[in-house]
Amino acid sequence: MAELFALLANVWDTVRFPLGGAACLSGAILCIIGTIGVLRFPDFYTRVHAASITDTSGAGLVVVGMVLMAPSWIVVVKLFCILGFLLLTSATASHALVNAAHTAGLQPKIGPMAKRGHDDEEEGAH
Amino acid sequence: MAYLLGIFFAILAFWMGNSGYYKPLMLGFAALSITVTLFACARMQLIDREGAPYVRLFGWLAYYPWLTWEVIKSNWVIIKACLRADLDIHPALVKIKTVCKSDLAKVTFANSITLTPGTVTVEIEGDKLLVHGLYEASTVPEAFLEMDRRCARAADPAEKRA
Repeated sequence: MAELFALLANVWDTVRFPLGGAACLSGAILCIIGTIGVLRFPDFYTRVHAASITDTSGAGLVVVGMVLMAPSWIVVVKLFCILGFLLLTSATASHALVNAAHTAGLQPKIGPMAKRGHDDEEEGAH
Repeated sequence: MAYLLGIFFAILAFWMGNSGYYKPLMLGFAALSITVTLFACARMQLIDREGAPYVRLFGWLAYYPWLTWEVIKSNWVIIKACLRADLDIHPALVKIKTVCKSDLAKVTFANSITLTPGTVTVEIEGDKLLVHGLYEASTVPEAFLEMDRRCARAADPAEKRA
């Protein structure tokens, strides 16, 4: 039984660095996807949705990857603290931004978004 | 007194998890800083139900895994929306009514909506929430019923529940 546990620990020590690296890399890619969304979406309110990908899955995967590669339990505890505070505060920050925009009177674009060319024509007509 | 003990053990666990040094000098500093923090909490009148919410710990433990799964699912939808060649989004602004009674439950519900990509809480007024969503189909009031029910179960005290 002790040998089995030793073997498992050995396998885990070999596997966790590639796994953690993969998680960090996919988190970074998700952050880039969120940025692409921020650049493509038409108005402020929809851009906040794209940025929330970066907040949740992007940051979450990066932290999970770091947890997998952490050298000791102390670091794991700290990383989970960071993750918890990040998830609580990023949602609050997006709400504060959107609420401020709404209070200031910024009107969201509602309804189906047409393709870019068509959209330009419509704006030209107004 | 129970609330004070609750906050004390939470701070102690936080300190233990962050420090990792257990020499007498460091433990002395820990005792000092915990005392100062507890004194500050007492001065700010934070030692109450909301300061030490242990009664609802089990409700939250049941709620957050479900929320994580919801966040992952809606992340996938928004990732596809970001990368699709033609932008097919259909933004909508809806007003939804919540069954949550306490402030804590309402905050949990509104924060969960904002944390889920594709929907964001714009405003809370009484028991109505103004929500902006990226797709109209997933922003109808019916789509939030389950999250609302689960938030009320997780964070509302039992006697207030409808």
